[in-house]
Amino acid sequence: MKKLLSIFAVVAFAFSAHAGTLDDVKNRGFLKCGVTTGLAGFAAPDDSGEWAGLDADMCRAVAVAVFGDRSKVEFITTTGKSRFPTLASGEVDMLARNTTWTISRDVNLGFEFVGVNFYDGQGFMVPSALGVSSATELDGATVCIQTGTTTELNLADFFRLNGISYEALPIETNDEGKENLFAGRCDVYTTDASGLSSTRAAASNPDKWVVLPEIISKEPLGPLVRHGDHQWGDVVRWSLNAMIIAEELGITSENVDAQMSSNVPEVLRLLGVEGNYGEMLELSNDWAYQIIKQIGNYSESYEANVGPDTPLEIARGLNALWTQGGILYAPPFR
Amino acid sequence: MRSNLGFFSDEKFRSIFFQTLVVGLFALGLFFVISTTSYNLEKRNIATGWSFLQNPAGFDISFSPFLEFKSTDTHLKVYFVGVLNTLLVSITGCIAATILGFILGIVRLSSNWLLSRLVYIYVEFSRNVPLLLQIILWYSILIQLPRVKQSLQVLDVFYISNRGLYSPRPIFESGFSYVLIAIVLALISSFLINRWAKKRQDKTGQQFPVFSSSIGLIFIVPLILFFILGSPLSFEHPELKGFNFKGGLVIRPEFIAMFLALSIYTAAFISEIVRAGIMSVSKGQREASAAIGLKQTWIMRLIIIPQALRVIVPPLTSQYLNLTKNSSLGIAVGYADLVHGFGGISLNQTGQAIECMAIVMATYLSISLTISFFMNIYNRSIQFKEK
Repeated sequence: MKKLLSIFAVVAFAFSAHAGTLDDVKNRGFLKCGVTTGLAGFAAPDDSGEWAGLDADMCRAVAVAVFGDRSKVEFITTTGKSRFPTLASGEVDMLARNTTWTISRDVNLGFEFVGVNFYDGQGFMVPSALGVSSATELDGATVCIQTGTTTELNLADFFRLNGISYEALPIETNDEGKENLFAGRCDVYTTDASGLSSTRAAASNPDKWVVLPEIISKEPLGPLVRHGDHQWGDVVRWSLNAMIIAEELGITSENVDAQMSSNVPEVLRLLGVEGNYGEMLELSNDWAYQIIKQIGNYSESYEANVGPDTPLEIARGLNALWTQGGILYAPPFR
Repeated sequence: MRSNLGFFSDEKFRSIFFQTLVVGLFALGLFFVISTTSYNLEKRNIATGWSFLQNPAGFDISFSPFLEFKSTDTHLKVYFVGVLNTLLVSITGCIAATILGFILGIVRLSSNWLLSRLVYIYVEFSRNVPLLLQIILWYSILIQLPRVKQSLQVLDVFYISNRGLYSPRPIFESGFSYVLIAIVLALISSFLINRWAKKRQDKTGQQFPVFSSSIGLIFIVPLILFFILGSPLSFEHPELKGFNFKGGLVIRPEFIAMFLALSIYTAAFISEIVRAGIMSVSKGQREASAAIGLKQTWIMRLIIIPQALRVIVPPLTSQYLNLTKNSSLGIAVGYADLVHGFGGISLNQTGQAIECMAIVMATYLSISLTISFFMNIYNRSIQFKEK
C-alpha cells in the first residue's frame, strides 16, 4: 500500500505543473499571464487588438525579463471569481489583474503578492443628475457591486458603519456593471477609484457621471504568484522593482542606451554592466536593460496608460515616487 | 484447453469477475483523484476544512425574501438563502411550466389551424434557442423598462420600473388567523365531501354537485367570516422615497427574467410531452366514450387525460429535474441562487472551492432525488391497476 501511495504521489507530482515555474515558462517558450476581461488603462485590447495597460505592461515586463521579447506573453482573461482558481491550478504563471493584496489571499489562499504596481482605493460613482455629493447620502440606494471582490466586503462594512441601508445588485464583470449603471438598474457603481475612472471614460458622456470624494478603503493592487515558488516570485518581484528603480534613477526607454556608460554605480548594476544580478535570478544579465528598453520605466508605463493625458486622467497621487510625495518605493538594487 | 479456461466459461463466474473488475477500477480511479487533490492542496498550502461555514460572510445579499440576511451572518446562512432562492424559482417555474405546457399541448392538437400553428412556432422557437440566451434576452428587456423615478403606475397601486414590480403588501391583523383556519377546514371538508360523493355514486349512481359546493365552502364561508370579523386585513403601499420605493412587496427583474425564461423554455418541452400523451390514447377510446353519450369535457377529463397521464408523467419528471438544474444559470443575471451566492461569492471570498462545490452538488442531488421520489409515488398512483 505504501508503495502504491508513493507511485500515486509521483504521478500526481508529474501532473502538478510547478516543479519550478521559471523552468516551465522557459520550456514552454512564453509566459501565461492572467489579466482582467477588459479594464481600459489596466488591461484591455487596444485598437489594433494588442493588450495594453499598466497590468499588461507588468506581464510584458516579466516576459522580457525571461525571454528578452515583449511579445512572448499569452494573455488569459479571468473574472473576479475565476482568477484565483486559474492561478492556483497552474493555468497561468502569474496574475496581474487589479488584485488587492490582503492577508487572507496572501496566507489562506496560498498565493504570494510580490509587490504593488498601483495604490488604489474604493470609490463611488453616481449620475450627476442625482445631485449626491457624499457617499453618506446614499441611504436606500441600489449599488452595483462586483461579486467576489474586496470591494464587496468594504461596501458592506461602510454602510454598516454609517448605519445606512443599501440594496446590492451583484454583477460579474465591469462591463455588466457599466450596462446596469447606464440603464439605471442601479444608482451607484462602486469599485476601485481607478476602475471608476476607466468606466467613466468609456461612457458616451463622461460629464453625466461624478465620482464621489470618499475613498473608503486601501486597495494596494499588485501582481501575485503561487506561494512556495520563491525563485519565480523573485523574478516577478524584481521585474516590477526594476521599473520603479529605473524611474528613480531617471532611466527611460529613450536614454537607456546612453545610460550604459553612466558613472552612477546603481545604474550600472541595474543595467547589468556591473555585477551578476541576472545570473542570481537565473536570467540573462541584461534583463533589466531589456525591460526598460522595451517597456519603459514605471512612469512611462503609468503616463501612457492611466496618467493625466489618457482618458482615465488619474494623477500620480499616491503612486508618485516616495521622493515626490507618493509612496512608491523599491528596495535598493545591490 | 477447456480445463484451463474452465472458470472463464462459467457465465456466473465471468459476470462476477467483470463486475469486480469494474468496481475495482472505479475505486482505484476515485482513490487517485482524491489522493492527487489532497496532495496538491497540501503542496499549495491551500487550507481545507469546514470551519469557514461558521465565519461571517461579510457581504450582503439583497434578494432574500424568506430569511433576513445581514453581512454579519455566516456563510452557512448564505447557503440557506441560496437554497431557498433556488427552490423559489424552481417551484414557481415548475408550476407555471406545467400549466402553460398542458394548455399549449392541448391547443396544439386543436383543429383551429391558426392556433395550432402559433403553438408550433412557439415550441420550435423556445426549444431551439439556448436557455442562457433566453434568460439574458428577458433580462435585457426588463432593464429597459422605465427608470425608478419614471415608474409606470398600474391601477394606482402597482409600480413597474427596471427595479422590479412593486405591489402593496398585505398586513394581517389580529383575527385574520380565524379566516385562515376557516379556509383550511373548508379544504378538508370539501375533500371529504368529494370522497363521500364518489362512494355514493359508485353505490347508487346518484351524483352530487361537488364542485359548486366546494367553491361555496372554500370561498364564501371564509369571506363571510372575514366581514363579520371587521376585515382584519390592510395593505402597505410602496412609496418612492429617495433612491427607491420603500415598503410594499417587490418582485425583482432578476427573478422575473429567470422565472419567465425557465417556465417558457420548459413549457415548450412539456407541451410536446402532453401532446404525445394525448395522441397515445387510441382513437377508439374517444369514439367509444362519445358513443355512450359522455359530454366532450367529460371525455377529456375521465377517459383521455387519465390514460394520457401514464405516458406523460415519467418524462414530465425529467423536465422538472431539468428546470431545477437549469435554475443554476441565475448567475448570468445576478439572481442570488445557490450557485451564485454560496457556490460563487462564498467560494470566492473564502477560497474553499472544493468544499463549496461539494456542498452545492450534494444539494442539487438531494433536490433532484426528492423530486424524483415524489413524482415516482405519483406515477405509481396513476398507473393502470390490474385487478
